[in-house]
Amino acid sequence: MKWKTTSVAAALAVFSLAGSASAEGELNIFNWGDYTSAELIKKFEETHDVKVTITDYDSNDTALAKVRAGGHGFDIVVPSANYVQIWVKEDLLLEARPDQMENFKNVDERWVDVAWDKGRRYTVPWLWGLTGVGVNTKVYGGDINTSAIFLDPPPELVGKINVAPEMNDVLFATIKYFGADWCTEDREVLKKVRDKLVEAKPKWLAMDYSVTEKLPAGDYSAVYYWNGAIMRSRVKNPDIKFGYPKEGFPYFMDSVAILKDAKNVENAKLFMNFIMEPENAAMISAFAKYANGIKGSAEFMPDDMKDAPELVVPAEFESAGEFLETCSPETQQLYARIWTDVQK
Amino acid sequence: MASASETARAADAKDRRSRWLLSAPALLIIFVAAVGPLFVMFAYSFMEKGDYGDVKFGIFSLDGWSSVLLARDIFDDTLGFADAHLTIFWRSISLSFYTTLLTLFFGFPTAYFIATRPATSREIWVFLVTIPFWTNLLIRTFAMQQVIRNEGLVNTALISVGIIDRPLQIMNTDVAILLGMTYVYLPLMVLPLYASIEKLDFKLVEAGYDLYASRWQVLRRIVIPLVKPGIVAGSILVFIPSLGAYVIPRVLGGGKSMMLGNLIELQFGAGRNWPLGAAISITLMALVMIALLIYVRNVSRTESGHG
Amino acid sequence: MARRRNFDIRVQPGFGLIALFTFFSLYLPIAALVAYSVNAADSLSRWDGLSLRWFISAWNNQAVQDASIRSLILAAWAATFATIAATMAALATTRTPRYPGLTLKYAFINQPLMVPEIVTGVALLIVFSRIKVWTGYSGLGYLILAHTAFCIPFAYLPIRARLENMDLTLESAAADLYATPWRTFRRVTLPLLRPAIIAGFMLAFVISLDDVVITEFVKSGGQDTLPTYMLGQLRRETSPEINAIATVFLALSVALVTLFYFVNRRRP
Repeated sequence: MKWKTTSVAAALAVFSLAGSASAEGELNIFNWGDYTSAELIKKFEETHDVKVTITDYDSNDTALAKVRAGGHGFDIVVPSANYVQIWVKEDLLLEARPDQMENFKNVDERWVDVAWDKGRRYTVPWLWGLTGVGVNTKVYGGDINTSAIFLDPPPELVGKINVAPEMNDVLFATIKYFGADWCTEDREVLKKVRDKLVEAKPKWLAMDYSVTEKLPAGDYSAVYYWNGAIMRSRVKNPDIKFGYPKEGFPYFMDSVAILKDAKNVENAKLFMNFIMEPENAAMISAFAKYANGIKGSAEFMPDDMKDAPELVVPAEFESAGEFLETCSPETQQLYARIWTDVQK
Repeated sequence: MASASETARAADAKDRRSRWLLSAPALLIIFVAAVGPLFVMFAYSFMEKGDYGDVKFGIFSLDGWSSVLLARDIFDDTLGFADAHLTIFWRSISLSFYTTLLTLFFGFPTAYFIATRPATSREIWVFLVTIPFWTNLLIRTFAMQQVIRNEGLVNTALISVGIIDRPLQIMNTDVAILLGMTYVYLPLMVLPLYASIEKLDFKLVEAGYDLYASRWQVLRRIVIPLVKPGIVAGSILVFIPSLGAYVIPRVLGGGKSMMLGNLIELQFGAGRNWPLGAAISITLMALVMIALLIYVRNVSRTESGHG
Repeated sequence: MARRRNFDIRVQPGFGLIALFTFFSLYLPIAALVAYSVNAADSLSRWDGLSLRWFISAWNNQAVQDASIRSLILAAWAATFATIAATMAALATTRTPRYPGLTLKYAFINQPLMVPEIVTGVALLIVFSRIKVWTGYSGLGYLILAHTAFCIPFAYLPIRARLENMDLTLESAAADLYATPWRTFRRVTLPLLRPAIIAGFMLAFVISLDDVVITEFVKSGGQDTLPTYMLGQLRRETSPEINAIATVFLALSVALVTLFYFVNRRRP
């Protein structure tokens, strides 16, 4: 029996050693799942001798809730445009002044004076894209440039649809489907929106994230999801086609921000500056298949991204796209309640 | 005499004091990291919810509790039942019930089979049930997913044999959750059943046959009543974790079929309603306590019946 | 006696069949998992022949390495603390007439078994997140504490069982020889108890290693254990790597349980 006690003691000693051995510095990133290029992280770790840990979240609300609860231990978070103001108002972000950083000159002018962060005092662009539909054309051959794919699905697709569980994207498409404007408080419209979603939900298979695996594999035949993930699915299975809902589709941009109670502020700033380097921004895009906001990154990107039908919006659909604004708290509250009704 | 009993009493008191001291670390750890937080959560369920999660500390509100079952309509502001929550309560209870039935259906013959093996091989059969039991729940759930998914084992097999030509949609349905829970919790049914069947006195069974009972009658009138404590214990052991399941519906339910565990998580995450989440948690605990009480009553009745 | 001579009173028709089907079903998913883990294909849905590439790629995955090491450290600490606390508690609650508070102690020690994990998880989230803000400490300590708490009842079970069945003569003999209570414990009780303590430690270790729900709610940034890492991965693109990780984890659990089984069997 003695060798067992000894071995347990030895194991313990090893474990505690392994735990204390760490790099110069640390950086804890809290980002959307399946969104961070491992190559990029490796390069950052090697350049700055920092050990990076990435934790996934699956929605803006989840990230906000986790950080808001306190004691989270993260340094960096990547909220979407329409959430950045909430983070700022809740006093969760550090005014890191990326606009004064060395690489800020690389940020495309289009993304500097954005509504959610005028002049970029808090955040740096990560990736941007849009939410549209992806359809397996072997299963359904009709018009796919419409939100009807998931709101009034054709019989071939019923029970085969996955919808991104992100409240704003889904509500936006549905509100536009009824011809109203985002942030509307018109009860008539919102009642229709709710009823339509409650009616459509039983025809969906899931509200989940594993699209890049399950869409090409045939587990899903249609999705309402983000364009980059649909492009990744199409690369694996050429039957997948991307549709731009002509009724209206939302653009999104996720931006990198430093948390107020971050422990590794200096490393976080290094990271902000690092991703504004065109070559590095291109690495992020190449992995997740979304566009970034950095000038000159295109030349480092893989060729298949330059003319991808998912990424280059056709002229006829350009006017249908719109950036998600942050609605007033009351409207937001109203939308949240509609969403709860949908989620049961 | 008086002094002798006093010494004894003093020794007793000393013994008890050292027993309290000895158990202090365990009690303290469990209080800090298990029992205490439940009281804090209870208090939270009576506070007003914060705008983006958390609570407004110290502001009393019954909203958390009332919204467990009631909801104000968004459009005409009338108060009605929160059918979103009722649906989930009902799904949790009925799925747990069916899981218990299914595990009983497969578990009873299995336990009986093991108990009637020769003593030497019995241990190996029990061991075979124990291994999955100690294997990570998440891994077993994931393994189940590999079996029932569209491109998984079952569908591939059925298609290649020609029984079906399109994969059966099992993943992301209530059936997937049911199968997953049955698979994961089956050992919890078999082990207590085995313990009680093993003690079964087969002389009674023999007596039954002597009186010309059929096999079915022997099973129903003699075996089942005698091993009832095992059946009750197994059912409780399966029912309780099913009711609080979180990982299995999350992995196999596709974010659409929620159970109580997922509803609770939602309130503490994206739902941003901690008081409601706390109130649902306490309701879930109450349901578990009710199940346990039924168990305790049943056991004490059987015991007094035999004693 | 009208009964046929070779009539087996123990047989129930169909039971053997159902039992064998049950055993088959218990192991089928596990077998599938292991089979998939040695599949060379990129996708979970195709078979491309045998390969260890996913084991190698999992091994080289920094996140997996970190999570595995963290899981083991956590389980080692939690099981150690839980075993110590449980041993003391078992000594305090066995071999005694009923005394006031004994039932309360039982209820307390078994409490983690009664409450659904998700409930404990969110309750700990509420309390620990506040403490994390107050103290500014957000290290592994919270996880160790939470794991220790729910491991105690598992470590307690075999130790208590052993104590209750233990022969008292040796101990009273030692006391008769004027050994101090501590010496009696050290020289007599503890050696007799050792197999049960080891068994309890191993149970606690496995239970801590397996936990996903409570860890999910208590962990801070960068504190993923192997199960919470896997849970995160399962919702996204499921790389075949996950099969390899699961298989290794499975092997580890089976090894521990087998060991436990043999330790526990070697009863005098």
